[in-house]
Amino acid sequence: MHELAVCQALIDQVEEIALRERADQVLSIHLGIGPLSGVEPHLLEQAFSIARAGGVAAGAELLIDNLPVQVSCDQCGQTTDALPARLLCGACGNWRTRLVSGDELQLLHVELVRQTGNEITESETTRQQQHERIN
Amino acid sequence: MCDTCGCNVTPGNAHLVQPGGRLSKTADGREAIDILHGLLHANDHSAEHNREHFNKHGVLAVNLMSSPGAGKTSLLEATIGVLKDELSIAVIEGDLETENDAARIRAHGVPAIQITTGSACHLDAHMVHDALHQLDLDKLDIVFIENVGNLVCPASFDLGQHHNITLLSVPEGDDKPAKYPVMFRAADLVLLSKCDLLPVLDDFKPENARRYLRELASSAPVIELSSKNNEGMDAWLHWLFSELAELEHRCGEIAAAPETA
Repeated sequence: MHELAVCQALIDQVEEIALRERADQVLSIHLGIGPLSGVEPHLLEQAFSIARAGGVAAGAELLIDNLPVQVSCDQCGQTTDALPARLLCGACGNWRTRLVSGDELQLLHVELVRQTGNEITESETTRQQQHERIN
Repeated sequence: MCDTCGCNVTPGNAHLVQPGGRLSKTADGREAIDILHGLLHANDHSAEHNREHFNKHGVLAVNLMSSPGAGKTSLLEATIGVLKDELSIAVIEGDLETENDAARIRAHGVPAIQITTGSACHLDAHMVHDALHQLDLDKLDIVFIENVGNLVCPASFDLGQHHNITLLSVPEGDDKPAKYPVMFRAADLVLLSKCDLLPVLDDFKPENARRYLRELASSAPVIELSSKNNEGMDAWLHWLFSELAELEHRCGEIAAAPETA
């Protein structure tokens, strides 16, 4: 039920980015969603087809990466796959684990079309910094 | 998670943004922009603003969530009954329609702001922010936010509270934490409410509810409670007072800290 509200927040954010980047059109919006985010990807897709109408993202494609549930064990230190309602360590069965993936609700990436200029934007810098952080 | 230091790159999504990953490529003539923002960025921002308000005034903010009819308002009435001479309390009520719950709270001499959400199934940080403007935080010790009765949607929206409390009432069944993992994972404290019904609804085993909660890797304390016969009220009030003391300590530290540029 709250997917429409989430979707509206997504569209607002994308429109803000498009404005900042002086883009005319949004081609695609890429999300990363984990099962423990509380958002159902297929409901979000349905809401998106309504929420995108009339704005800069009207023709945008929504791409969703379903991210896995993984936990890291406080006892044995292993990182293992888990189920959303059973976040026990897959190696030793301990319940004292930390979720390392699975609750994401993120806007990862937006693809834009700009009709004017080829100037380097701050987004290029952002991407470069992002890679540096990961590596 | 924040959007500036890269801590929102998780093992689950890191492969997407690494060189050669799908998100690292830019097609010809197109501009590809990596964002890595939470989808609820605007809500989270507003929630943080609410939290700053609460901290500045040393007010403990508690978000109560449960399915409809689990006993949130009854718990508040019982709590106010014990504490109203000792602490200054206000309640923000979230419901789709009616002022019924706010009227119940006001009958105890405590200010209550009713938010009617229409068809929205949850409160969000903006709604709570608007409600806060109707309260004099300087004069308050605790603000209870009674969320819309719903075990799904409210869990996804930070309101700026210090603690989430999830109620699980005995008639609902002891496996609710397994069925609604997002909600129960969000809880800092779980209250098993309507425990006066345990003798008749004996298929509800509190130990099962605890086990399902632990299987969500949650170490949240669980209190068995009845607003009707006051069972467990001491433990609940003890939790509240210790969180109040903890907040006072934290706010005192913040106030004493030298200002940074």
